[in-house]
Amino acid sequence: MKKSLLIFLVSTMLLMFTFSAAAETTTLTYWTFQELHQQFFEKQVELWNENNPDNQINLESTVYPYDQMHNKLLIALQSGVGAPDIADIEISKFANYLKGSNPQLVPVNDVVDPLMDKMITARFENYAKDGKYYGIPFHVGATVMYYNMEMMDAAGVDIDNIVTWDDYVEAGKKVKSALDKPMTTVEVTEHWTLYPMISQIGSDIFAEDGSVILDNDKNERVLTFINDMVHKSEIAVPAPGGFHHSEEYWAFMNDEGAASLMMPLWYMGRFVQYMPDLKGKMAIRPLPVWDKGGNRSAGMGGTGTVVTVQSDKKELAKNFLVEAKLSVQASHKLWTDLGFDPVRWEVWDDPVMSEPNQYTEYFQNEDIFGMLLDIKDEINPTMITEKYPQAIDLLKKNVSFKVIKEQSQTPAEALKDAADELRQ
Amino acid sequence: MQIFKNFYEKYINSKKVAPYIFVSPFILVFLVFYLYPIISTVIMSFQEIGFGEAKFIGLANYKKLFNVHYKNALLTSTNYTFWTILILVPLPIILAVFLNSDKTKFTNFFRSSIFMPALTSVIVAGMFFRYAFGEQASTLANSIIGIFGLEPITWLQNYIPAMIALVVLCVWRWLGVNIIYFLSGLQSIPEEIYEAADIDGANSWDKFKYITIPSLKPVIIYVITISVFGGYKMFAESYAYWQTATPNDIGMTIVSYIYQTGFNNFNMGFASAIGITLLLIVLVVNIIQLNIFGLFKKEEQ
Repeated sequence: MKKSLLIFLVSTMLLMFTFSAAAETTTLTYWTFQELHQQFFEKQVELWNENNPDNQINLESTVYPYDQMHNKLLIALQSGVGAPDIADIEISKFANYLKGSNPQLVPVNDVVDPLMDKMITARFENYAKDGKYYGIPFHVGATVMYYNMEMMDAAGVDIDNIVTWDDYVEAGKKVKSALDKPMTTVEVTEHWTLYPMISQIGSDIFAEDGSVILDNDKNERVLTFINDMVHKSEIAVPAPGGFHHSEEYWAFMNDEGAASLMMPLWYMGRFVQYMPDLKGKMAIRPLPVWDKGGNRSAGMGGTGTVVTVQSDKKELAKNFLVEAKLSVQASHKLWTDLGFDPVRWEVWDDPVMSEPNQYTEYFQNEDIFGMLLDIKDEINPTMITEKYPQAIDLLKKNVSFKVIKEQSQTPAEALKDAADELRQ
Repeated sequence: MQIFKNFYEKYINSKKVAPYIFVSPFILVFLVFYLYPIISTVIMSFQEIGFGEAKFIGLANYKKLFNVHYKNALLTSTNYTFWTILILVPLPIILAVFLNSDKTKFTNFFRSSIFMPALTSVIVAGMFFRYAFGEQASTLANSIIGIFGLEPITWLQNYIPAMIALVVLCVWRWLGVNIIYFLSGLQSIPEEIYEAADIDGANSWDKFKYITIPSLKPVIIYVITISVFGGYKMFAESYAYWQTATPNDIGMTIVSYIYQTGFNNFNMGFASAIGITLLLIVLVVNIIQLNIFGLFKKEEQ
């Protein structure tokens, strides 16, 4: 008898807990492919719950491997069941989810429009279709040049005198003759060398009307320049492992294999995490320009967080996302926790952005955001069409690889082949 | 109750019905998980598919097959299948003969250690091989060729080294399984035949050539047949080495191409069309192969 009474009591209590919890908190499900994003969101939920005692959120987040998450989400949205409330979609996959006349994502215009004058709007265009914004970005991804100052000093190069890419090549020759090491590495199996330079020079893969311009003269100039750095002036080598995120590359660079590197600002985190021996030696500068007065950066990469149409708490999800990713508080955190350059440029000169943290300790720069403010208007938007995933695929697999690594095609041929395939 | 009993006796427990009940789980699984997907793949291969919308576009997906990536994928898959069969039939036979011999010591140890790789996940093994075939001079593969005085190779960015890397992973994984097939084949050869050969004065090579190989013929045909399937459907090994972007398609198999088209580029219709061609290719290759071995010939009297 006693036992059954006990069971009854316990189960009633459990029931009560469930009901009382359900009355106050709403559960939002969140999928991502990046553990850092998940940790960031968990902290933001805590903050939200402190500020909104009568509208609590319980975030159920799951981290999947990159490919698996994108596939799962695609299938869930296509079949109409099983999608989470919010999800991260990486920029090179985003176009897949906007395909057709019936995107399964919720436009977020009503919550982001009031903030637009404080944002780098080009980054929102990446996740837009027909004037509707579907994704909320994490960062600007301004592409910068990372210099190893020890090696620069040893070679007698003053990096502040490097203005144009030609200056950069000249500096590279000095490094090469003084240290017998390459000035830089270029990617041959991914696109983080070719694509930022294409965007920086004022060109793109697609024109604004969606037509393919990958094989235009500017892009040919860029690819020829990269190829010449490797095979003519010999100041660059193909990145060990093929790209700047490979194990081989990290070991190579950590061991001072090359004197500088062009990557977006979010690559700072990779330096801190994977190249500990370079701490205190690296300095960040804007990119050299192509022609006098040209752009000194390019916005690259990114992840758009979306609300899916399958969510039955769309309003709450949207409000939470804006608070968690775009508010002043969130923008500060994006920098201090993740080392991202937040899209809300308004906060870039806030004091907290220049306070010491793991990133400012690693790099020699006095004021990273002062430099970013300087170049914020020199970031071109990138045009994204339905064929964007295929285009990025071709840049990764064929264009740089065939020209620089295999040397089986000239820059013009490789660009023409890829462009023709995209035009089909 | 009586009615139920009659029903049971008459239908369920009858010799006519019972076999169907026993095979029904298989039939159900086949209908739901094989036949239905095959039919919808055929339908999808004529469609353009978006979110909740599908439009018939005739043969457009099949026309797209005439592109360089499909050709590359087909070549890679065929090459891979060819090399794996060329190695994974003779090598296991020889090893199985040794393992079956009374003169070999520690046979149980060798059998289990050769079989072990088949139990690991391809992805875990692939991680190991991915680093083993890294491009620095210090990686496993480069150290081994270094012994022979060769320069380090960028294994995963050149066609032939990449193919070697794929075949090595495959051999490492499947050698043990094939040895088991051949061992069981060897053990079913009656001892008397060898004794008779001994009396007639045959040496070891003659016995191997005239007794062992002909007796193993059914096993060999079976192993080749499943290797053709296995070779053409290979995906995980390629994924472990390159994920989805293989430089210049050097490691892209037909199934990787389906995966990239369907999921990475969200073109389900075209991916289905590639899948249908894969089905046809494997069918044709296997029919040719079985014909060569004379499996369809009537028993000769």
